[in-house]
Amino acid sequence: MDWVNTIVQGVLLGGLYAMFATGLSLMFGIMRLVNIAHGDFIVLASYLALVVVTSLGLSPLISLVIVVPLMFVIGYVLQRYLLNKTLGDDILPPLLVTFGMSIILQNVLLEVFSADSQKLSAGALDIASITVSDQLSVGVMPLIVFISGVAIVGGLQFLFYKTELGRAFRATSDDQDTARLMGVNNSHIFALAMAIAMAVVAIAGVFLAMRTNFDPTVGPARLLYGFEAVIIGGLGSLWGTLAGGIILGVAQAVGAQIDPGWQIMTGHIVFLVILIFRPRGLFPRSVD
Amino acid sequence: MKDNNNKRRLANGLSRRNFLKTSGGLVAGAALVGGLGSAPAFAKQRVIKFGYVTPQTGPLAPFAEADNFILNGVREKLKNGIQIGSRTYPVEIIVKDSQSNPNRAAEVANELILSDEVDLMLVSSTPETTNPVSDQCEINEVPCISTVAPWQPWFFTRGGKPETGFEWTYHFFWGLEDVVENYTNMWDSLNTNKVVAGLFPNDGDGNAWGHKELGFPPVLAKKGFTLVDPGRFQSLTDDFSAQISAYKNADAEIVTGVVIPPDMTTFWSQAKQQGFNPKVASIGKGILFPSSVESLGQAAHNLSTEVWWSPNHPFNSSLTGQSAREIATGYTQSTGKQWTPPLGFTHALFELAVDIMQRVDSLGEAEAIRDALLATELDTVVGPISWKNGPVKNVAKTPLVGGQWRQGGDFMYDLVITNNQTAPMIPVASDMQPLS
Repeated sequence: MDWVNTIVQGVLLGGLYAMFATGLSLMFGIMRLVNIAHGDFIVLASYLALVVVTSLGLSPLISLVIVVPLMFVIGYVLQRYLLNKTLGDDILPPLLVTFGMSIILQNVLLEVFSADSQKLSAGALDIASITVSDQLSVGVMPLIVFISGVAIVGGLQFLFYKTELGRAFRATSDDQDTARLMGVNNSHIFALAMAIAMAVVAIAGVFLAMRTNFDPTVGPARLLYGFEAVIIGGLGSLWGTLAGGIILGVAQAVGAQIDPGWQIMTGHIVFLVILIFRPRGLFPRSVD
Repeated sequence: MKDNNNKRRLANGLSRRNFLKTSGGLVAGAALVGGLGSAPAFAKQRVIKFGYVTPQTGPLAPFAEADNFILNGVREKLKNGIQIGSRTYPVEIIVKDSQSNPNRAAEVANELILSDEVDLMLVSSTPETTNPVSDQCEINEVPCISTVAPWQPWFFTRGGKPETGFEWTYHFFWGLEDVVENYTNMWDSLNTNKVVAGLFPNDGDGNAWGHKELGFPPVLAKKGFTLVDPGRFQSLTDDFSAQISAYKNADAEIVTGVVIPPDMTTFWSQAKQQGFNPKVASIGKGILFPSSVESLGQAAHNLSTEVWWSPNHPFNSSLTGQSAREIATGYTQSTGKQWTPPLGFTHALFELAVDIMQRVDSLGEAEAIRDALLATELDTVVGPISWKNGPVKNVAKTPLVGGQWRQGGDFMYDLVITNNQTAPMIPVASDMQPLS
């Protein structure tokens, strides 16, 4: 029964990692942009939610209604007027620019909100759980996070493969020049993609803030697992990212069950093993 | 702000003398007239310089939150200078931010020693800050007072030998033995099955607390407690299911550990979600500050921790005469924030600095200051301090008691003292209560 519990908790943890990773996966899949500031944007969203919650007295879940559109706009403007200028044959400029943004974000947040650790409380929901058996209880909050993660990936998958906008995304991602010849405005498409990625980041940020404490400097720690989930799943594949997150979560949970010292290590080992046998991840979308 | 300006000037290549001229400007105008011509003449217009290294930014910043409040009070108190012998010298406190980074702490300590030529170094807040600064002072033979780090990680981690000790660096705080003592006293006052769940991360504190010979395990065994320790884990982890199921299997009714605040929140929420409900939880570090406790929501009521200092401690400041209560109230009035334990210790640090300088015969010799330090017998706002009867030569111990975070006071959570067996002069406010 211990092991059932371990796997279940690991899968739920994977939902959280997948949510951290989806934004990264989108950015890389479409723009080939590696966003070093991804974790800091998640924390930025947490703070935006904090401001909304404390100033309007809303519940954290409802704050999503304001935070998601806000991050959408921030994402659009950021890509359109800054990051688009850095994209090109050289992979280094966007890396450096996002690295710089990471430092700026951390320090601005520190200046504005101080170093106090914060958390958004969802009241009784924080510790609510569904008891399956004596040995197995599932927290309501982790379950909501997991279901949201699956729903986000499902929604994005629909957007990408069933809509005209999705076609434009994929076309621009595959061949920018030809897409432009077909009348696609690349900068607008990239900006939209970043906006959508930031909307997902907003959701991740709010859930992070409800799950545990955050302060201006915790962002980078959230980046690593996101990267690993993306790589395990295969670059550009959204379902792959979800699978990657779950694999990572279960690996860590199993490792921890053996010895808590092995928790993080096991995740990294699984990541390396997959990299050795499937260098392009489990479900790579494109061949390039 | 001021130290930033000074740094910039130095970086721009102005000579040290010009720098001294600038700081000399703070001194009475007449002092400038003769002082700048030659170094010996200037020496007569000396300023007493305290260097203070503290983590004002970065993850350790909550420790330094009360700095400005304390410094403003101390500067106001010292505006007329300190009398040494027949002369009165102006006092300058040069504050440097360690940015929560040990390397940076060593670097700014070096600046304070070599460029600013401070007379006495003060340092506070966790071994990451106190140790590198103390090391620099020891090498450069500058007297240094350090605080807010349990004495073992300050003394032994720096390679201290109990027989010889250090020459220039001194520390005042409590030690791990006091934490163990207080925690077990608190647990003994409740009816439990004496099975203790240990939550020790793989960091300096976690390894020290969980150490098989020097940490909790031997003391717990001696006192009849059974420890369930699943092993060291990485801080900032997102999942404690493995630990929780191990504790549940062993039917642990007591939880202890030393975890960072985000981990405490994750662990405690998951424990509740997964149906692990211990009777008592005594945690170091993770629930030190009110903001971390508040982030646990309603679930933090009656969590217990060690209490370094509180407004209820029956001590007064030797510098301002204020009681512990008055300092805490003053802090809340001026900042709108709840008191935190470092408030008392930062204040006491400056009490010691002033007291020591007042007992120095003449300014300019590090040995004289060190000797005055060694002769200290001062009743501070954190208790009586003397280096004559510490556990090792360089350590003075302050009293430690145990307490619980309770709802229903002036703030969302108030830290209430519930056990004083180790320091009976500090009054108990309430009996120990089990977690609901």
